[in-house]
Amino acid sequence: MTAYLLKRLVIAIATLILASMVVFAVLEILPGDPARLMLGLNASADQVELLRDQMGLNAPLVLRYLHWVGGLLSLDFGRSYTYSVPVIDLVRERMAVSLPLALIALALSTVIAIPVGLYSASRRGRAGDTIAMGAAQLGVAVPNFWFALMLIYLFAVWLRLVPAGGFPGWSAGVWPALKSLLLPAVALALPQAAILARVARSALIEVLNEDYIRTARAKGLPYRAVLWRHALRNAMIPVLTILGLQFAFLIAGTIIIENVFYLPGLGRLVFQAITQRDLIVVESIVMLLVVAVIAVNLVVDVSYAFVDPRLRGRQ
Amino acid sequence: MSLLEIENLSLTIGDTPILKGVELSVAPGEVMGLVGESGSGKSMTALTVMQLLPHAARASGRVSFDGIDILAATEDQMCALRGDDIGMVFQEPMTALNPVKTIGEQVAEGIRWHTKASRAEAEDRARKMLDRVGLPEAKFPLSRYPHELSGGQRQRVVIAIACALKPKLLIADEPTTALDVVLQAQILDLLRGLVSENRMGLLLISHDLAVVTEMADRITILRHGEVMEAGDTARTLSEQLHPYTRQLALASMHVPARAKAHSTGQGKPLLEVEGVTRDYPGRRTSLFKPAPPIRAVDDVSLSLAPGQSVALVGRSGCGKSTLARMILALDKSTSGTIRFRGETITGRSEAELKPARRDMQVVFQDPYGSFDPRQKVEKLVAEPLHVLEKKPTSAERREMVAHALHEVGLGVSDMDKYPHEFSGGQRQRLSIARAIITRPKLVVADEPVSALDVSIRAQILDLFAELNQKLGIAYLFITHDLTVARAIADEVLVMHDGRIVERGKTGDVLDHPQSEAAKALVAAAPDLHRAIARRMQEQG
Repeated sequence: MTAYLLKRLVIAIATLILASMVVFAVLEILPGDPARLMLGLNASADQVELLRDQMGLNAPLVLRYLHWVGGLLSLDFGRSYTYSVPVIDLVRERMAVSLPLALIALALSTVIAIPVGLYSASRRGRAGDTIAMGAAQLGVAVPNFWFALMLIYLFAVWLRLVPAGGFPGWSAGVWPALKSLLLPAVALALPQAAILARVARSALIEVLNEDYIRTARAKGLPYRAVLWRHALRNAMIPVLTILGLQFAFLIAGTIIIENVFYLPGLGRLVFQAITQRDLIVVESIVMLLVVAVIAVNLVVDVSYAFVDPRLRGRQ
Repeated sequence: MSLLEIENLSLTIGDTPILKGVELSVAPGEVMGLVGESGSGKSMTALTVMQLLPHAARASGRVSFDGIDILAATEDQMCALRGDDIGMVFQEPMTALNPVKTIGEQVAEGIRWHTKASRAEAEDRARKMLDRVGLPEAKFPLSRYPHELSGGQRQRVVIAIACALKPKLLIADEPTTALDVVLQAQILDLLRGLVSENRMGLLLISHDLAVVTEMADRITILRHGEVMEAGDTARTLSEQLHPYTRQLALASMHVPARAKAHSTGQGKPLLEVEGVTRDYPGRRTSLFKPAPPIRAVDDVSLSLAPGQSVALVGRSGCGKSTLARMILALDKSTSGTIRFRGETITGRSEAELKPARRDMQVVFQDPYGSFDPRQKVEKLVAEPLHVLEKKPTSAERREMVAHALHEVGLGVSDMDKYPHEFSGGQRQRLSIARAIITRPKLVVADEPVSALDVSIRAQILDLFAELNQKLGIAYLFITHDLTVARAIADEVLVMHDGRIVERGKTGDVLDHPQSEAAKALVAAAPDLHRAIARRMQEQG
């Protein structure tokens, strides 16, 4: 078990290092001089050069990379050019919106997908299965921003149950804050749930054909008990894999959804930072998202070992 | 009064009739053997009793168990019967257990479900049951997972699950078919013990007449879903009144007619294996110490003359398949040399091996798994032709495939069919056609008939014998089945724990085994003659 976990950890760290190099390199190659951008069009070449020196932009590439990584590790992400505040403050503030949003969406998609998958798999080929999978097909096909607009129209404009957008801040109380995150979370979760439900269904159908399911039935367990006790856990392995992979798409989805709902989250921040060439902010947030995706996949790898004893090895 | 009574049972799946008017009964404490070839409806009969049939299946007739009308029982009633009064053991122990649950959980689960016992009580009973089936606590704690057990051990767990609540009836569907003969003897012994301890009825399903004869008091012979003959085992098999019974009995003892074995020992050997060893990396127990290697094949030497037929016999896991893979240059040896036609093949590159590959081919056990289902026979059988020096034209290729098919008893028209259009026996003929198309000098056959029914198996053994005579192909048969060795091999090599422990003429080794391993194999191998004789003697 320890050997397996250690190996996963080493792989995660190696991926992280590689990703940081790529992020750094891409922003190096991109056109646009941050110093010139900050000083405006009227600045003289000397002024720009001076600022570049001050910002450390003239140092050798390797040094700048190490400096940047060192900063990331000590949570010193630098200062935003456009907001003139430390990036870490921006991130902290925006994270309070994006992190709960992503977590709610992830939980929601799992909670929807697994029962739908179970239901469909146990009713394979019958009307219920066809309807559930038809809905899932629709969920996969419909883009989440359009879906978000429909949700706003239905629940905010028509039923007036939740606000159409914006975020009151956690200081306004937990419930109002959660309420304004609800629609965006649903909009994010449903397409994910649709994919996940299809994966869960096919994984379950495969497992239900296994010999050990027949053994369990021969013990006298009713079909439902066999489904929950024997089939589900075995079907979790492919479901977990997809869940880990989907997390990256979920993060990408927040950029769109936060814009649709006017949420002051990381997604919106990174979108604005890109349009304003606030490269330090972009770098920092992209790295943060990379860390999040890698961490989630590490968690998935660890949970494999919990689900499947064959990965744990002999104790 | 019978425990299980099946009267006039008919079964259809969709529009296909599976069973036609089956009659069968099992009394308490009785072993009923249900024999038939694949597709005869043996398993479907068992699944009807369990009511675990596929959705589209419709049964009519009467099945009564202990006074309960099974065909009319509700699912709840069946759940109460299954695992409590009727237990079932399946063929494939490797996949019959849930890989993510411990053996303790899996044995205790049924006990808890039926008796509402507490977890501790149920685990206690599970522990006792595992002890009974030969998995003692010291080596097999409840916390073991299935992947930590071998096939024979897993089958013991499956039997423990089925017998945990002392069922009145146990249905065992080919319980030993996937095991080697020594394990088979042990498992049959265990089943026999459980029957006599609990006066349990046993419905033993098997395609192996010898196994059933050793075990069953009465026997029912099934063919195409109909009962051919039923009655007392010893009488049925000694008198062999029904032609089908006679056919089965003859087929299961079939020895192909072979002219005198090819003269051996003269001239250069075709294959020479010298001091070959194969180590596999062992499982790491510590992060810092390298794991000790596992020695699968240990200093093995052998030689094979052109046209000679040799059987390499041994229990599962003895290293015989690893050795075969090294001879075929599909696996690298750790040390030692293998020479084929006088040339060393160990340590050669794939390009250098090409001429050697032309002269050695392989036939695998599973005629279902060894063909790509989406390709036509012509392409499948022509597969090895890429090792020829000159690529044949498509007309030449067709000609060669037609010839090979003819030699294995198939027609030219079979060339444009797909594998699923053939029966198991025909598919094994296809794999033999594929093996001989390059006119090889050596064919390595890994359990080539163990997946086949007895009558098909007799035909395939005949085919092997015929090709040996006609084309002078040398064979290396890898098998745990001594009847195969007896039928087709000039010489037998007995392998145990990676070493060859005995070798000699087939008759000498099988009739007078010297080594412990050979003795164990011979003693455990079911033999129809011996089994009938013993039954007759018991009954006086």
